[in-house]
Amino acid sequence: MAALNNLTEHLEAFVDVTRSPTHHAESLKAIATSLEKSVLSINQLVVEMDMYLTTTDDVVRARGILLLAEMLDYLKSKPLDNAVVNSLVGFFTAKLAEWRSVRGALSGCLALIKRKGVAGLVTATDAEAVAKSMAQSVQVQSLALYDRKLCFELLECLLEQYPEAMINLGDLMVYATCEAIDGEKDPPCLMVAFHVVELLARLFPSPSGPVASEASDLFEFISCYFPLHYTHTKGDEASIPREDLSRGLSLAISSTPFFEPYAIPLLLEKLSSSLPVAKVDSLKCLKDCAVNYGVNRMKKHYEGIWSAIKDALYASTGTDLSFGLESLTSPGFEMNEIHREAVNLLQRLVKQDISFLGLVADDIRVKMIFDTISRYSRYEEMLDTSKLEVLVVSQILSVSARASVESCNTIFETFFVRLMNTLGIVESTSTGDLVHNENSTVSTRLYHGGLHLCIELLTASKDLIPSSEEDSSTPGCAQQSWCSIVNKFSASLIEAFTSAVQSSNDDCTADAYLGVKGLLAMGMFRGGSSPVSRSEYEKILTTLTSIIAANSAKTVKWELALKALVCMGSFIDQYHESEKAMSYMGIVVENLVSLVRSSHCSLPHPMILEATSEVCSTSPTYVEKMVQGFEEAFCSSFSDFCVNGNFKSIENCSQLLECVTNKLLPRVTEIDGLEKSLVSFAISMWNQIESSVVFSYAFNGREFVEAAMKTMRQIVGVASVNSQNSIIQKAYNVISLSTLPAMESIPLTFAALEGLQHDLSTRDELILSLFASVIIGASPMASIPDVKSLIKLFMVSSLKGYIPAAQALGSMVNKLGVGSGGTNTSSDCSLEEACDIIFHESFESGNTNSSDVTSKTICGSETLLAKICLGFYGSLDLQTRAITGLAWIGKGLLMRGDKRVNEIALVLVECLKSTNSSGNALHPTAMKHAADAFLTLMSDSEACLNRKLHAVIRPLYKQRFFSITVPILESLIVNSQTPLSRTMLHVALAHVISNVPVTVILDNTKKLLPVILEGLSVLSVDSVHKEILFSLLLVLSGTLTDIKGRQSVSDNAHRIIECLVKLASYSHLMVVRETAIQCLATLLELPHRRIYPFRREVLQAVTKALDDPKRRVREEAIKCRQAWTSISSRSTPF
Amino acid sequence: MVSGLINENPIVYEIKERRDVRAYSSNTDELSVDAIDQLEVFDILFVCLDIKDPEHPYSLEQLKVLTEDSVEVDDSKSRVRVTFTPTVEHCSMATIIGLCVRVKLMRSLPSRYKIDIRVAPGTHATEAAVNKQLNDKERVAAALENPNLVEMVDECLSPSFE
Repeated sequence: MAALNNLTEHLEAFVDVTRSPTHHAESLKAIATSLEKSVLSINQLVVEMDMYLTTTDDVVRARGILLLAEMLDYLKSKPLDNAVVNSLVGFFTAKLAEWRSVRGALSGCLALIKRKGVAGLVTATDAEAVAKSMAQSVQVQSLALYDRKLCFELLECLLEQYPEAMINLGDLMVYATCEAIDGEKDPPCLMVAFHVVELLARLFPSPSGPVASEASDLFEFISCYFPLHYTHTKGDEASIPREDLSRGLSLAISSTPFFEPYAIPLLLEKLSSSLPVAKVDSLKCLKDCAVNYGVNRMKKHYEGIWSAIKDALYASTGTDLSFGLESLTSPGFEMNEIHREAVNLLQRLVKQDISFLGLVADDIRVKMIFDTISRYSRYEEMLDTSKLEVLVVSQILSVSARASVESCNTIFETFFVRLMNTLGIVESTSTGDLVHNENSTVSTRLYHGGLHLCIELLTASKDLIPSSEEDSSTPGCAQQSWCSIVNKFSASLIEAFTSAVQSSNDDCTADAYLGVKGLLAMGMFRGGSSPVSRSEYEKILTTLTSIIAANSAKTVKWELALKALVCMGSFIDQYHESEKAMSYMGIVVENLVSLVRSSHCSLPHPMILEATSEVCSTSPTYVEKMVQGFEEAFCSSFSDFCVNGNFKSIENCSQLLECVTNKLLPRVTEIDGLEKSLVSFAISMWNQIESSVVFSYAFNGREFVEAAMKTMRQIVGVASVNSQNSIIQKAYNVISLSTLPAMESIPLTFAALEGLQHDLSTRDELILSLFASVIIGASPMASIPDVKSLIKLFMVSSLKGYIPAAQALGSMVNKLGVGSGGTNTSSDCSLEEACDIIFHESFESGNTNSSDVTSKTICGSETLLAKICLGFYGSLDLQTRAITGLAWIGKGLLMRGDKRVNEIALVLVECLKSTNSSGNALHPTAMKHAADAFLTLMSDSEACLNRKLHAVIRPLYKQRFFSITVPILESLIVNSQTPLSRTMLHVALAHVISNVPVTVILDNTKKLLPVILEGLSVLSVDSVHKEILFSLLLVLSGTLTDIKGRQSVSDNAHRIIECLVKLASYSHLMVVRETAIQCLATLLELPHRRIYPFRREVLQAVTKALDDPKRRVREEAIKCRQAWTSISSRSTPF
Repeated sequence: MVSGLINENPIVYEIKERRDVRAYSSNTDELSVDAIDQLEVFDILFVCLDIKDPEHPYSLEQLKVLTEDSVEVDDSKSRVRVTFTPTVEHCSMATIIGLCVRVKLMRSLPSRYKIDIRVAPGTHATEAAVNKQLNDKERVAAALENPNLVEMVDECLSPSFE
């Protein structure tokens, strides 16, 4: 009973129109839930609602009926009694006649008609009654938008669900539809209405049916919308996009062949309009019509359509034919939408009916083309009209040829032979027979237009070869006449294209372009039955390869040939053409790889490398071959350098390594087996170094070492753990045979380190750097032999100033002991031991007076390394190297989240103070290195300790370091004694702040802002700090724009403006000025009262910036000035 | 007063493709100086181009009232001269367009510049008067005292984000 009590309440609420819509929705929802849960049956509801459904108050009755309709919409999937449905349909059908409650009646009918697949369906007789009542009593166009849409949906639904019943009604439905559509203007309604027309057409296909007899009226009602044009485009977000509606209209127009006598003339007329939209729509619609109306009906319009297509093509084609690299695989000229649609229509028509081709073939303009072609030999010489002729006709012919095999045959039979004749490939004798002109001097008769046409036809025909040769239902293309025609001329064609390429010179790219494009077209026929024989195919490859090998500079011809080869390579790979792959391998790949290997070649080395890597990347088999070639080339060049001192060879080596790093390594995941070949490449690098015992000549420059390190690092980085192990083992063997192990025996004492005066030999340096790279790239799982002595080696060499050694140390402490889930058996040294060696072992053999410290397990400021850093011992050089080394070790520890980094940070901070704990003044250079160490610690490095190189990275490590160091640095800044130390502390702080994620800064804006501002003013004094100044300014600009920092920015507005005004004239870096001015403009978002007092200062500064030497600054200044002027001239603040 | 449009059928020109100066001026050399050139001044005037012809929905650029070539700049002598071409001889917008151009340049160029605004010779009925009005400091200053005029100019110059 409670349900019923509530029900009355909800009913009252819904019926009362004065209540808010949310109220209405709530009560609807409540009733719907009780119905769904079967607390309330639909019978009960109707009984309860009796009063609302029959009252004489029109408003209440309308609401009541609407409520019942809405309920039925909710219950779409709930089984209902057939009798109930029957009586409800009867009720709603009757109410359709009553205009006041028409919305409820419409939605009620719609909800019931839409019922599908559940118990309680509307019977066909009832549906008929609904349709009849609707046709007779509802005046669609007099209703509101939403009701109209309901009407159309009801019609749509009736036609879809009850086709038989609707057929019985016959004429009535067609009339009703016509009447309903007449004058409709809203896209959502039209969308449904167009579909209704389509459904009607489908329902009455017979030529004596109502649609056929009413076709002219019906078409009149829908054709008035063509072409669609929206008058109100804005402010209607829910509306239907123009494209969708236009598609719907097109489907409606093409829905029945009975529209044909009216539609085609209309479309052709609209096609001649100057409005681009109308053209595109007409072309699209014509295509739909061609599909649906059938060949017989279309036939009488062929002439009109053909001339329309021709006009559209001529009007939409430009005369610029691009001879550029990018157009080698595309048509070479711009296509707009009209052009595309015209092409589609043409192709459709030809495909559907081959007789359309007769029109094309007989067209006078098409026939004229041969005269045009043979009039000019060079494309540039042609008049614009002739260019247009050539482009359009070649487009028409190639599109028609592409449509079907038959059309292709016809086109080739009609035109190709003639074309060959014009090009001078065949000669016609007096008897009319065509004679193959074997010894024609083709080069004298190069007609660009003809070549272009020829290429277009060849490209079109190659698409016709069926994708699978096994498809036995279609005869192989070898039997087709086009194929035999191409086959007949292929040799001469290839010759013609070849001579075009070869005769080309640098100022005429057209020759080279057309030649290469022609060869490419000939080389892209698919399958074994292609019209181009194997020997001819090989000839194409040879020609292209020889172009690449012969040129000595990067000409357009060279690039074109390379691109063509790459296209052919990927084509082979894509369609698994095994026979062609063999030719390709034998001619192109082998040749290029042998070019890489030979050092005597006219082609510059980088170009060989580029060509080889591009060509070989097309298939994994070639890649393997290439890496082998690279390996050999590296070995021979390297030994050539070592033995003969040929600096050219070592340069080649570095270029080769760069090519490996830049071209091959990024693709290691795409190509199977590449990893394996690269690992073997790395190992042979080591072998080569091992075998060249004596370096007769010193390197001039670090280029080679850098390149070798980068390659080695990345190869190890991408390799699997097993391969890493083998590389490490190899490298370790090499290193243990060198003179380097001698360094391990050097005790880590101050005296011994100070004595390391002599430098490493070139070979040792190379070995050391490469070995460090291997260690840097190795994953934590890889096993490194003899870790302890390696750590010593790296310690010593890092103190001698080899930064890679320091990085390797950092990498080692980062990865030690985390491999294979903590149970690391491969490593003979734990992290603890490693740290002991680094920080403590030195003492045992070192200074006796500090031996008591060794018992401590920390690495604080009392260790030798720390003491060197602080300058207790040794030269300045040693000190700075120790600081740099410490920074890398600290980075390794920081990233894995080790506590020892805190001590390191303290040592570094200590170095920044003007005097250390024992009162000695620190050298400025050492302080500078210490400040930069914070950059090393915080920034992401390309060279080591990143994700690619398997670093162990704990989340939020930067945040942790930030929270440790910032308070210390802040307090030190406050207490700093000398300006130098203050500056250095600011540099360090700026490094930390600018490398931490910006959200961390935003959480602490209040505290940080004053320090940042102070830092900006301190750093702006000296131009040395310009880079870090810029990073800090970026941090500041980040806080200005964020809502989180708004309050503290507002509080510090005066200081910020003061600081930015100063930076707006910072002379050392343009971006600083630019950013400062941008920040000033951003500040305008602050409350008016905070910034208004500063307008004069700001305007002064910005006005000065208007005369800045750099344009970008001036542009910003203009914008900023405009913005600030507007606040100062405004009479009211907002 | 006047029934019908002053210029019923204006000639509309295609807008010239703008070359992007920034593409090659973004060099890393801190000391080099980018001199203010014709194109930069034209870019400054870009917002003025959005001033719509009151009779037709075309911008000043489409009507060739202002073009890139109508700007002459001499950075070393700190001079700039803008010559604009009214569409018809008795264009009532000539002075307001000129004033907008002048205000925009005054606000955007360094103060060392002398700005000269002119109507192209022979294109306006009261050419001399307009030129005089636009280049008389006192008159421009007086015009900018007029709140209605300032509001109108500001409206023309405020960037539109359509």
